[in-house]
Amino acid sequence: MIGPAVSIRNLEKLYGPVPALNRLTLDIAPGEFILLAGPNGAGKSTLLKTLALLLRPNSGSIHLFGEDARQGDRTAIRRRIGLLSHQTFLYDHLTGLENLVFFGSLYDLPDTEGAAREAIRGAGLDGRGDDLVGTYSRGMQQRLAIARAFLHRPDLLLLDEPFTGLDADGSDRLETHLRGVRDTGRTCVLATHDLPAALRLAGRVVVLAGGGILADRPASSLPASELEALVRAAARPGTGPGALR
Amino acid sequence: MSYFRTVWLVAAKDLRTELRSREQVVTLLFFALLVLVVFNFAFDFTIIDFVSLGAGILWVAFIFSGVLALGRSFQIEREQDRIQGILMAPIDRSAFYLGKVCATFLFMAAVEAVLVPVAVILFNFPFGPRVGAAILVLVLNTLGFAAVGTLFAAITTQTRRGELLLPLLLFPAAVPLALSAVRSTSHVLAGHPFDRYASWIALSGAYDLIFLTTAVLLFDYVLDE
Repeated sequence: MIGPAVSIRNLEKLYGPVPALNRLTLDIAPGEFILLAGPNGAGKSTLLKTLALLLRPNSGSIHLFGEDARQGDRTAIRRRIGLLSHQTFLYDHLTGLENLVFFGSLYDLPDTEGAAREAIRGAGLDGRGDDLVGTYSRGMQQRLAIARAFLHRPDLLLLDEPFTGLDADGSDRLETHLRGVRDTGRTCVLATHDLPAALRLAGRVVVLAGGGILADRPASSLPASELEALVRAAARPGTGPGALR
Repeated sequence: MSYFRTVWLVAAKDLRTELRSREQVVTLLFFALLVLVVFNFAFDFTIIDFVSLGAGILWVAFIFSGVLALGRSFQIEREQDRIQGILMAPIDRSAFYLGKVCATFLFMAAVEAVLVPVAVILFNFPFGPRVGAAILVLVLNTLGFAAVGTLFAAITTQTRRGELLLPLLLFPAAVPLALSAVRSTSHVLAGHPFDRYASWIALSGAYDLIFLTTAVLLFDYVLDE
């Protein structure tokens, strides 16, 4: 039997005295596409950054692809993770192509430049690949940031508000791309407030509140209106983990 | 990927960025030139021998402009959370450190390459046959400064008051190197034989080795949250 791609047990992350993740337990099967919903401050970004090994939890455990994220081969684990954060990670004084070649080279891709050019085309940035990223609009930078996160074809994709700044064409491209990710059996955790778009893609919805899980349901059983109501309920003061599960 | 290829990638990225923005080198250069000009006006070098003050003047200019370079080097990584993109990559983090050291060393060396000839003209002091020894002293001490400075810049970049903390941490740690740099440069300017300052050169070499080795071993923990 294949174990979960992500296995989280009693995860706790504190920012000073404030708990961002509150004894959170969650399993994600390989190939699962999860929508992480919740109001601001629910712990979505912290969870994604902890899964990306960028934050060290105060307690609890994370196993990624069966390997302990704290004790295991973290370099090998990192190779299998792609993160799109609120920030683009891109260098303004490098061109779009140079940015992708730089990050691709860090992942030791076999044909970095070819992969970078392909990613530029896929992002709809043909003709702008040789321009400095500092000259790109916010939406174009977001397209390139998405291309960077996908470049090394990670087994686990962690996406934090990927639709931010994208126009209709960019959103459509991203949705098509994410559908491809889902159909090729890669695992994806998507945190967004664009619930209708995410519900078209996700197989499972996890609603966070106060750093814990408020609801965990199959996406097919959760219409957008009900999910929005859940998120609104999660935003109410005093709503804690498990209240509506 | 080979370790040294990662070092090169990081250094090349910083150099390319700098060549296009020219933010660091221009700031460093103007600051260092200003220091030289101020000292040139402050002291009457027709009375005071440049040999007795020159080493101090040069290293004040090099060290303070170096602090500017170090601060900017990690500020670039902090903007747009770029450092997280690096930390996500399956690379040895010490290779990232060495890449940053290489880039900082080259920025400082570029400034020194302009500054030393300017000092020769301003203070009317020809180096003559001492150029080889001067280059050795500059390279060893600049490398040490880049090594220790990059380590502390990485530590302080995670904090909110990084710009303030960097000199507070760096200057006490760099005292042995500054001492060695000034003393060995004084000997070079005075035209003393190598034996007279070999111990200072050895101190700089040992300092470089200790800080580079320690930083390579510890850098993974330095960048951890």
